[in-house]
Amino acid sequence: MSVIVTAILALLGLAAVFGALLGFASIRFKVDGNPIVDEIDSLLPQTQCGQCGHPGCRPYAESIADGGDINKCPPGGEATIQALAELLDVEATPLDSEHGEEIPKQVAIIREDECIGCTKCIQACPIDAILGSAKHMHTVIASECTGCDLCVEPCPVDCIDMVPVDQGLAAWHWNSPKDQNIIATDKMGLVAEGANLS
Amino acid sequence: MSEYLLILVSTILVNNFVLVQFLGLCPFMGVSNKLETAMGMSLATTFVLTLSSVCSYLAFEYLLQPLGLEYLQTITFILVIAVVVQFTEMVVRKTSPLLYRVLGIFLPLITTNCAVLGVALLNIKKQNGFVESILYGFGAALGFSLVLILFSAMRERIAFADVPQAFKGSAIGMITAGLMSLAFMGFTGLVNI
Repeated sequence: MSVIVTAILALLGLAAVFGALLGFASIRFKVDGNPIVDEIDSLLPQTQCGQCGHPGCRPYAESIADGGDINKCPPGGEATIQALAELLDVEATPLDSEHGEEIPKQVAIIREDECIGCTKCIQACPIDAILGSAKHMHTVIASECTGCDLCVEPCPVDCIDMVPVDQGLAAWHWNSPKDQNIIATDKMGLVAEGANLS
Repeated sequence: MSEYLLILVSTILVNNFVLVQFLGLCPFMGVSNKLETAMGMSLATTFVLTLSSVCSYLAFEYLLQPLGLEYLQTITFILVIAVVVQFTEMVVRKTSPLLYRVLGIFLPLITTNCAVLGVALLNIKKQNGFVESILYGFGAALGFSLVLILFSAMRERIAFADVPQAFKGSAIGMITAGLMSLAFMGFTGLVNI
């Protein structure tokens, strides 16, 4: 009889210890959200332009983490697709033309003497790169502008031009320092240069 | 030292778990369609096999044997292996999301891999010590990995080969595995332990 009791107690004890261990592990190693989304998000250009069909870069990152296509980001272009393919260990596919073509980096310029100060472009800008207030002239902070062209459509007097950024020798600069806390546009430059931001 | 080397050679080649002892055949046939997944599976299996052979040895040596409960070894080892796999999955998921992406789906599969239970039971049967148990598990895992990767590389080529209709798919895989097994039987007599 005592043999059976010992056997049951031994197995119960073992199971209890293991159960406690797993219970502890499930709290200690709890995963908040999906960390892979952050890594994908840091590779995206953060233009928040919505050309991928998602309302911003983070939702797009979430859809990629769920197994979505990685070739829907025209502003990021080939460089972003390569970086994503490397991160996720999948095949790099050419940019899906359905979502737009990869165009050279451009910025919005407001023809200031034609601006009527309607503030519509300020509301449209996803990254707050347009300065100005009601009935006063607006202008674009060129270094912040991601070239998403979302401000062109709402302008009632069509005074916003998309101008390609000069990418010749005059615009060349040393690689920016690798810093996690840099603003989106600098980050985009780093991604284009193939820097590792992870 | 040479004894340890003998254990490795014996488990990897001579007594290969898949092709000579015919353990762990389900992942051998199931995940060998692509070289890449085969590598992921090998990595995960190596990790779990080594760890679980250590844990089951400890459970046997310090729990079952003192209490005279050797007859409970099978059920205990199943419990140990399941816990080790589950714990590993949690830790990997937290510490390395990318590794989890690679290994994630394979880890739970390994719980049901009979080679893992086989190694634990054979360790006891052969009365291996602590270090021998680790090496035996590690060697078995290396053997499993070697065979799985070789086999999946072959299957990738067979997929493009001109195979008669009746033999397409798993059938030619079985034949290939049989031929590989014959080849591995040739290692018999290389080492004797």
